[in-house]
Amino acid sequence: MSKRIGMEVSIAAAEAVALCRIDVAAVYPITPSTHIAEHLSSIVSDGKLDAEFITVESEHSAMSGIMGASAAGARAFTATGSQGVMYMHEMLPVASAMRLPVVMAIGNRAVSGPLNILNDHGDIMMERDTGWISLFAQNGQEVIDMIIQAFRIAEHKDVMLPVNVNIDGFILTHMVEAMDMPDQDEIDRFLPPFVPYATLHPDRPVSMGTFAGNDIYTEISKSKDAALINAKKTILQIWKEWEKLFGRKYEPIESYRADDAEILLLTMGSMGETAEMAIDALRAKGMSVGLLKFKLWRPFPFDELKKAVKGAKILTVIDRAISYGGPGGPLGIEVRSALYDESSRPAIFNYIIGLGGRDVTPEDFMTILKSSASQAKKKAMKERYVIYGVRES
Amino acid sequence: MKKANEQGHLVTDFDLYAPKLVEKEEYFSSGHRACQGCGEALAVRLMTKALGRDAVIACATGCMEIISSNYPFTAWKNPWIHVAFPNAASVGAGVEAGLKTLRRKGRIADRRIKVVSMGGDGGTADIGIQALSGAMERGHDMLYVCFDNEAYMNTGIQRSSQTPFGSSTTTAPAGKVSSGNKRWKKNMPEIMAAHGIPYVATASHSYPLDFMAKVKKAVGIEGPCYIHCYSACTTGWRIPSDSAIKVGRLALETGVFPLYEIENGAYRMTVEPPKKRRPVNDYLKLQGRFRHLTPDQIDIIQERVDEEFEKLLKKIKHS
Repeated sequence: MSKRIGMEVSIAAAEAVALCRIDVAAVYPITPSTHIAEHLSSIVSDGKLDAEFITVESEHSAMSGIMGASAAGARAFTATGSQGVMYMHEMLPVASAMRLPVVMAIGNRAVSGPLNILNDHGDIMMERDTGWISLFAQNGQEVIDMIIQAFRIAEHKDVMLPVNVNIDGFILTHMVEAMDMPDQDEIDRFLPPFVPYATLHPDRPVSMGTFAGNDIYTEISKSKDAALINAKKTILQIWKEWEKLFGRKYEPIESYRADDAEILLLTMGSMGETAEMAIDALRAKGMSVGLLKFKLWRPFPFDELKKAVKGAKILTVIDRAISYGGPGGPLGIEVRSALYDESSRPAIFNYIIGLGGRDVTPEDFMTILKSSASQAKKKAMKERYVIYGVRES
Repeated sequence: MKKANEQGHLVTDFDLYAPKLVEKEEYFSSGHRACQGCGEALAVRLMTKALGRDAVIACATGCMEIISSNYPFTAWKNPWIHVAFPNAASVGAGVEAGLKTLRRKGRIADRRIKVVSMGGDGGTADIGIQALSGAMERGHDMLYVCFDNEAYMNTGIQRSSQTPFGSSTTTAPAGKVSSGNKRWKKNMPEIMAAHGIPYVATASHSYPLDFMAKVKKAVGIEGPCYIHCYSACTTGWRIPSDSAIKVGRLALETGVFPLYEIENGAYRMTVEPPKKRRPVNDYLKLQGRFRHLTPDQIDIIQERVDEEFEKLLKKIKHS
């Protein structure tokens, strides 16, 4: 039986990792993901989890270490964010190409230039093309659930890909919330021991991570792309199973009061719950608004997106990151691209908000939605995207 | 020490003794794509023979990775993994942690498997030194072997921190106003010894029994060990392809690359150079990379080699 708990989300995340009976963790401290590592190490230190906790000298070695452990047949985990994710960058496409099912929790944080330790999605967006499955949590409960689901998804024989779980830094990582923590028996039934396809062992020696020339690199890339696309099927199955076991439903795109809405707001991560308040307030005033929340960023849920926006006149996409130089926010860019071939599609607006920890309030969303509606009336958005709330003085 | 000397000299009767002293089984098989006469590939082969079956190898990007693993082929009969350039040590550390946990939990057979990380001088002393330092400091039960051919050979003979003084490379070439590399080799064995690890050694493919004995010793030690193996690059050093062994012997006989070990802090020479060491020019003149050096510059190198050798002798004496 699950237990109702109240605790900091990072602590709950570490408890969830322990429930997955990992074999190896390799972590380098970086704000705001440190509490996950600290609590996990204390679980190991107290003998509650039989695992090796490697206090590596860098995030580069954290990722390298868990890749080595995974290749040896161990279930392996790390947590990081921001500069840490970027420092790992070199290894991330290798992990997916080598089909090593490691799991990484990311306490999402703005990337440096200037240094900032607070939340946005700039870190993961720089890693979106590395071939990882990428999940976004909007509250503490989803953090617990997604971390456990992540191991099951990653290690599934039809998937065998690394998974990152995105947790908004401070806004989620440091929030104390009421959550349901599954018990060990439930998780043992849901998540059987890791059965690797091949391991580094002298009894059955293999070579991993070999050099590949122009005769095979394209084929390997195609197979990685296909594996990531095909992973959606397994993710949906595992989410169905989770719903049956725990009663909590997961979808690639969750909707809130969106069925008959003319104007849709689209968010990722913890902004979803804030946006619900804006939707409620505008609905109370008679505005036909609804909310979509991206939970599955990679593989990209094309079908679900097309279905979710059907009938809507306006789609306002909220990004918490910038692709510099004109394209706008990464989510905005991709949503536009995904809907381009549709014969009828809503007018798309893209707002970039909440950079470097700038607060995002329900009022902000209400302003944005009203502005989208009035611009749509004029049949044109002046700019391709708007960086919202820029102080002019 | 006497025994070790004999071991070094046994090399002259290699054909007679080798079948009894060296494992017949090959773990680094022929047919790989190394250059003709590659000293490093020979050194790797000797290492795997000394390791035997129960070893897992984590390899840095570099010559040895490229020549041995062109998909779908592999030269490796030991389990082998390559991830990237700077992280052979941290991948090896992760493998070690994984195997240790799985063994403790009874998920793999209950026997010790030695994890060995390996890289070239660039992957070890330059881009990989952070990961190496971390892995050694944390005390993983692993061996790291640096195959030092004194430049970035895989990318075309660029200078590294292990390139010797006066050597001409493609990024520190000898020219009208430059005599090539201006710095002395960074002393990696000393840096590793400063980590307080139980075993550090230098080795050379030209003294195979000494090298293999050191690998075996390291395998027997529980904890982090480091071997710095001299590996002649016939292409990059511009020497005839049949001269890797010869140049390695001259490196010892001139005192340029002494063979010693540091066991729990105690220094010991494992192959004695001749009582009267040969002049360094005997070593330098054989190699195209030093061809431009003037007698004055050779004198500077001679002075430095003598000085370093004396320092080493002092450490041995005081051990």
